Amino acid sequence: MTTLTDSVEVTDSTKEDKNIVYDTKNLNLWYGDDQALRDINLQITENEVTAIIGPSGCGKSTYLKTLNRMVELVPVVRTSGEILYRGKNIFDKTYQVETLRTNVGMVFQKPNPFPKSIYDNIAYGPRIHGIKNKKILDEIVEKSLRGAAIWDEVKDRLKDNAYGMSGGQQQRLCIARCLAIEPDVILMDEPTSALDPISTLKVEDLIQELKKSYSIIIVTHNMQQAARISDKTAFFLSGEVIEFSDTDKMFSNPKNKQTEDYITGRFG
Amino acid sequence: MKYVDANLVAKKMNGRLAANHISQIIFLLATLIGLVVLVILFYRVLMDGLGWINFDFLTNRLSTRPERAGIMGALLGTLWLMIVVAPVTMLLGIGTAIYLEEYAKKGRMHSFIQTNISNLAGVPSIVFGILGLTVFVRGLGFGNIVLAGGLTMSLLVLPIVVVASQEALRAVPQFLREASYGMGATKWQTIKNVVLPAAIPGILTGLILALSRAVGETAPLVVIGIPALLIPFPNGIFDKFTVLPMQIYYWTIDASIVEEYANLAAATIVVLLVVLLIMNSIAVMIRNKYQKRY
Repeated sequence: MTTLTDSVEVTDSTKEDKNIVYDTKNLNLWYGDDQALRDINLQITENEVTAIIGPSGCGKSTYLKTLNRMVELVPVVRTSGEILYRGKNIFDKTYQVETLRTNVGMVFQKPNPFPKSIYDNIAYGPRIHGIKNKKILDEIVEKSLRGAAIWDEVKDRLKDNAYGMSGGQQQRLCIARCLAIEPDVILMDEPTSALDPISTLKVEDLIQELKKSYSIIIVTHNMQQAARISDKTAFFLSGEVIEFSDTDKMFSNPKNKQTEDYITGRFG
Repeated sequence: MKYVDANLVAKKMNGRLAANHISQIIFLLATLIGLVVLVILFYRVLMDGLGWINFDFLTNRLSTRPERAGIMGALLGTLWLMIVVAPVTMLLGIGTAIYLEEYAKKGRMHSFIQTNISNLAGVPSIVFGILGLTVFVRGLGFGNIVLAGGLTMSLLVLPIVVVASQEALRAVPQFLREASYGMGATKWQTIKNVVLPAAIPGILTGLILALSRAVGETAPLVVIGIPALLIPFPNGIFDKFTVLPMQIYYWTIDASIVEEYANLAAATIVVLLVVLLIMNSIAVMIRNKYQKRY
């Protein structure tokens, strides 16, 4: 009988594993001597929006940047623990960071288009991955721009420099550029913090649309935004995950006192 | 009781303003002295040399007879020298800068190399001449040809290109690199497609300034043993050659023998200055055109 129950449990967990994109196990991270992340354990589910909230300096951006190992651009970073992406530890010596970043796109806090044309911005990713065929590139550019709901605004000026666009357009261009590498996961680091309310709304609508095909992890300072767009929310404080649950539950009935204080605006 | 006493302030105000005025005049004089000396130099050179500059002077071969002497040989020599120096410093200089800025781990080794590149910039040019004589002219047996002179000059101006290129690379915002890495680009793809295009104007400026330094340098070539009187034109990098500043140098020395040589030297100085001014202006133009794009 025991064996039967055990096997049932195993089947259940494997079934669940299929939907887990990222599994973080006991992750610790230090910048030099300062510990920025402490014993993080989080599971990110497929085709959901996971929001990460918390006050400044709580490690939420650091965690996001660890998911595509972008954090290693800072020379003094050390980590311990594991992050499994689709079952493989991204810190393994043999794991190629370029492959990871091809599967995991990133949208940054400040829109960061290249000083190139709109077309060349979108085509950049496909090109570095070896696509040279003009027709295929054209298709990717249109599909990505449509995917980021900006095609109609820019279709007549694809050859114009991206620096001529407004901040909100630039950010949606960056999302389109990210879609062009056909990622599995999209990481967003406060993608609307530099945008005006209308542009913010557009990007939020876009995120709702994108989660049908992508798994999205978004760091945000804006609690209403987390409540509006995410399925699950993780609350970070001083480098630790204080609470991680369904967004509805967290915002209506937070289990932890600190979470409650934060989301009700009593500190942070 | 207020600490700042209005009466006292008013009493001392005139003195303070006068001190300010005097400082201004002192600094203006400091600026003017340099400028005035430069203007006097220009004036003298132009007076002595301008009358000698004509088509024949620019296109004739060198001659011991002043009225038939021309500087075509020196102009061609300078050109050939640049043809060696430009690609060599570009490849070595930009290569070094890319390695130090983009690839090398920042640590003791990095600061050691960095310090020595800065030190290299402070080494007197005549020492580079001795290095060139030892390594290229004698060691590799080139003799005093354009290639040997060019390689020596390249080493001399290399630090300028390295430092300017490093600054240009450092000025490329980190968020552009992040955008590229974030899409799975390798370091080299990022450098080639994003960093270098953004840094090129700064690198070019440094390169042109380095070239103009090479065009004006004399000491290393004196050591290498550039002939004082060279009649045939150099036709390639394996020919013997002379350059504009060398020509000025020998004519100035020999002015005690033939008086008109002083005028020839002055005329050559005018030509050299024009060449250098054009090069520096191009560098400034490139810098202004591409400044502040982010």
